[in-house]
Amino acid sequence: MSVNLGVWVGALLTLGILSFLYRDNPVYKVCEAIFIGVSAGYWFVSLFWQNIQPKLYLNLRGAVETLASGGGIDSRWLYLIAGVLGVMMLMRLLPKAGWIARWPLAFIVGTTAGLYLITYLQSNAINQIHDTLVPLVGRGEGRFLFIALPFHVDWAALLVFIGTVSGLVYFFFSVEHTRLAGKTARLGIFFLMITFGASFGYTVMSRMSLLIGRMDFLVGDWLGLVH
Amino acid sequence: MSLLDRMLAVDRRWIFLLVAAAVTVPLFLELEQKIEVTQESRGVADALRALPAGSRVIMACDYDPGTAAEVQPMAITFLKYCLSHQLRVIIMGLWPQGPMQADLALRDALRDPAVAALNPQYGVDYVNLGFQSGNEVVIQRMGSDIPAVFPRDSRGRPIGEFPIMENVRNFGAVAYVFNISAGYPGTVEWIQFAGDRFHAPVGSGTTAVSAPLYYTYFPRQVTGVLGGMKGAAEFEALTGFPGKGSRFMLSQSFAHVVVILFIVLGNIAFFLSRRRKRRAEGAA
Repeated sequence: MSVNLGVWVGALLTLGILSFLYRDNPVYKVCEAIFIGVSAGYWFVSLFWQNIQPKLYLNLRGAVETLASGGGIDSRWLYLIAGVLGVMMLMRLLPKAGWIARWPLAFIVGTTAGLYLITYLQSNAINQIHDTLVPLVGRGEGRFLFIALPFHVDWAALLVFIGTVSGLVYFFFSVEHTRLAGKTARLGIFFLMITFGASFGYTVMSRMSLLIGRMDFLVGDWLGLVH
Repeated sequence: MSLLDRMLAVDRRWIFLLVAAAVTVPLFLELEQKIEVTQESRGVADALRALPAGSRVIMACDYDPGTAAEVQPMAITFLKYCLSHQLRVIIMGLWPQGPMQADLALRDALRDPAVAALNPQYGVDYVNLGFQSGNEVVIQRMGSDIPAVFPRDSRGRPIGEFPIMENVRNFGAVAYVFNISAGYPGTVEWIQFAGDRFHAPVGSGTTAVSAPLYYTYFPRQVTGVLGGMKGAAEFEALTGFPGKGSRFMLSQSFAHVVVILFIVLGNIAFFLSRRRKRRAEGAA
């Protein structure tokens, strides 16, 4: 069994959180409150020392010192704009001045939209379309189950092509989903359901992995039963 | 109460208990599970194998302790492989706890006999540049000026002191970027900015939840994707460094069997109860 205080605290808090699976109880509430409090405190300290102190305070102090020593105004004064925008954001806390927070929010939305406009177009549209538009059939010998074919078929690409087209038809509402469009849209639903199912399966795997990690911590690091 | 009624009314805490047992008991077993390697995982290993000794690689750790169970084995294996094959590793993170997790992974990797034999040195063979706030903008800026984004390492020393950072201006000096991702910012941002914009080869190790989102970028936009604990186990098998990923796969499989079993039993009970209800309605 571990003699490390940190491991003991971690183990008892883990058990406290897991106790919720039996039923809601005061120990769980305490552990939950500790988790939220520690997280909030950690983020506050982290953001202060990673952002406000090195990027705002140190840069502005350097800019002021340069100006005071006759070096003129340099680019570090631009950080003042960021500082002012940050203060404006905090105006949300004041009921009468809350509207001021819309300005830095508008700035954030605008810059993010500008940054992502080309990025998403390139990475998530053009490149993805490019990867979908690949030759489905080519020269060479192919095979379908046990039948030899005189040409090569890229079955994976064919499946992606069918899935993409039928999925797009499902979301194309300008045409009534009857006859061919209806059948294609229905095929699209199958592809969507398989996709969601795969995602759900991966989610289960992910959650199980986290549980395994905790159990390994309890029986290994804490109790020392597994090495 | 019939068996069917009992199945439908089973207390979910029994299920929790069974899942806990399914996860815990295999930890005590010395059984090895065969790992089937997927094309996506092979892509990461192949990309690493293609690098000549002395190449610089970035290990971007964008995760925290909450997801360490899944992705920490990937970080350890990646470091073991790189340091034992004389690839120089530049560690960084867009999540505050990422570089700290990398330090823990380094501690484990440096203990490996294959790594210890080469006695890798900090600043020469590997360096930890620490966390930098700014999310994807950090990657964007690294495309033009890495020293401007990371003027100091995680311990506060100027990066000019380190031989590994000599002549490193942008992604042109980096042969491979391996991003370990647990969400935003993470693999999507590395692909969009480092990969698609600056043409740096990007590989990804990610949580299982995120993996299906990233598979769509494979193989052209991302060289490979390690998906969750299974991906970690595959990577360990491919690189020859067995670790926690492989060891935990047995627990993973047992847990999945329990989940599948309850899904099947639940569905059987549901359909049987529906048939019984219809019969009862028909008789009435």
